[in-house]
Amino acid sequence: MKAAPFEYLRPASVAEASAALGRNGMTTAAIAGGQSLLPMLNLRVAFIDLLVDISRLDELRAVTETPSGLQIGALTTHAAIEDGKVPDLFGGLLRRVAGQISYRAVRNHGTIGGSVALADPAADWPGCLMALGASVRIAGPSGARSELVSDFVQGSYSTSLAAGEIILGFELPRPGASLRWGFAKVVRKSGAFASSIAFVVTPGRSAPVSVVLAAAAARAQACPETAQHLQRGTATDEALRQAIARDLAVHVPDADAYQQRLHTATILRAIRDWRAQ
Amino acid sequence: MTEITLHLNGTQAAHTVEPRQTLADFLRDRCGLTATHLGCEHGACGACTVVLDGQAARSCLQLAVMCDGRSIQTLEGLRADPVMEVLRRHFHESHALQCGFCTPGMLIMGRDILQRYREPDAQTIRHELSGQICRCTGYAGIVDAIVAAGREIGTATR
Ligand SMILES: Cc1cc2nc3c(=O)[nH]c(=O)nc-3n(C[C@H](O)[C@H](O)[C@H](O)COP(=O)(O)OP(=O)(O)OC[C@H]3O[C@@H](n4cnc5c(N)ncnc54)[C@H](O)[C@@H]3O)c2cc1C
Ligand code: FES
Ligand code: FES
Repeated sequence: MKAAPFEYLRPASVAEASAALGRNGMTTAAIAGGQSLLPMLNLRVAFIDLLVDISRLDELRAVTETPSGLQIGALTTHAAIEDGKVPDLFGGLLRRVAGQISYRAVRNHGTIGGSVALADPAADWPGCLMALGASVRIAGPSGARSELVSDFVQGSYSTSLAAGEIILGFELPRPGASLRWGFAKVVRKSGAFASSIAFVVTPGRSAPVSVVLAAAAARAQACPETAQHLQRGTATDEALRQAIARDLAVHVPDADAYQQRLHTATILRAIRDWRAQ
Repeated sequence: MTEITLHLNGTQAAHTVEPRQTLADFLRDRCGLTATHLGCEHGACGACTVVLDGQAARSCLQLAVMCDGRSIQTLEGLRADPVMEVLRRHFHESHALQCGFCTPGMLIMGRDILQRYREPDAQTIRHELSGQICRCTGYAGIVDAIVAAGREIGTATR
């Protein structure tokens, strides 16, 4: 299939891009790597009047390590993270996640900003950034704002992004020296979208454990019951399974027996990975 | 219509394109470069893989208009590439193609793999090829060909 006709604009600044994206009476879309938007336009499940090319805006490109953590520009590609071109403050977690997204030819162009903006329920970055307590920096017609990724992502393909707003990048708080993480993902074929993803992160010795399950429901969700059990450190396997079941009952209430086993196994695998560190 | 300039297979030229035209359609229909094949047109099969600014890309997921000022190599432009020369010979020797539809994408990804990994083993190659679909060969010959090409290049540069 081919995309329906649209107009194309390559603005020179974030302000210009924001004004174009907020134009009244037009369906507009930003394009970064195009690795999700172009399939949607080609398949004609998305229709636009105006395409705003943000892929050359330098303000969205910067990757900076600061005393408080890491700033990753929205245009950073999965491949750049996979290849270690982003400082590794998280014990290899970002590289591990990036290297398993889709295929290399897609990772070379797909961006972390596009992945979070789209908020596909099965995407890898929203859950990962939530588990790391990251926030998203946004520029728009009424200035800049910042929000936790866990608040920004609202549902399936749904975020708090308003007309004319653009993701500039993400801020990942610096973890303590004893950061530990676990990551598990179930895919039918390597590179395909996942049927279940779990992250377990402890950002420091006395920091709270964060458990996030993605690809299970409309959006990635924290699993507080499971996290609490891990926090106490004494959970038996049975108690842990019961905690996971309580989290699943909240997040995936309509899960069938297979999905319950699937998500339980993914979370348990991520916990094993986390414990091994 | 929008004006663009492309460095295509080593030659720079100006073109006018419709914004919605994909790089794949531009290459095939406007430039007559038909080594780039189109299977799925949504990123799943890899038949359309080209090299964009030195990196593998799905040409069905790139707009020609967004490639303005960039450099593109298609299989036609890699005829004399030293890695491609070795790879092509091993594809022939290992019976790595039947109908040939997937072959341009396989060759370009094969070259990409050999540039990123030194003497990759079959398992690495199978993982890295997971985005390239072949409906004929069952992949065994393709994997063998890339393993053999990697060994030959590795031996020559040891
Ligand atoms: C075959 C295939 C398999 C894939 N498998 C996976 C997978 O397993 N896991 C996974 O996570 N992803 C997967 N993806 C998606 C891929 O990761 C995309 O790169 C990513 O989802 C979107 O990034 P992009 O830069 O290409 O965004 P685009 O396609 O350019 O844009 C996507 C959406 O985000 C908006 N947008 C982009 N950037 C911004 C910004 N800075 N500010 C505001 N809005 C913005 C666009 O308007 C659009 O609505 C796959 C893609 C393909 C083609
Ligand atoms: S035609 Fe581009 S990936 Fe299938
Ligand atoms: S040789 Fe026919 S599709 Fe691969």
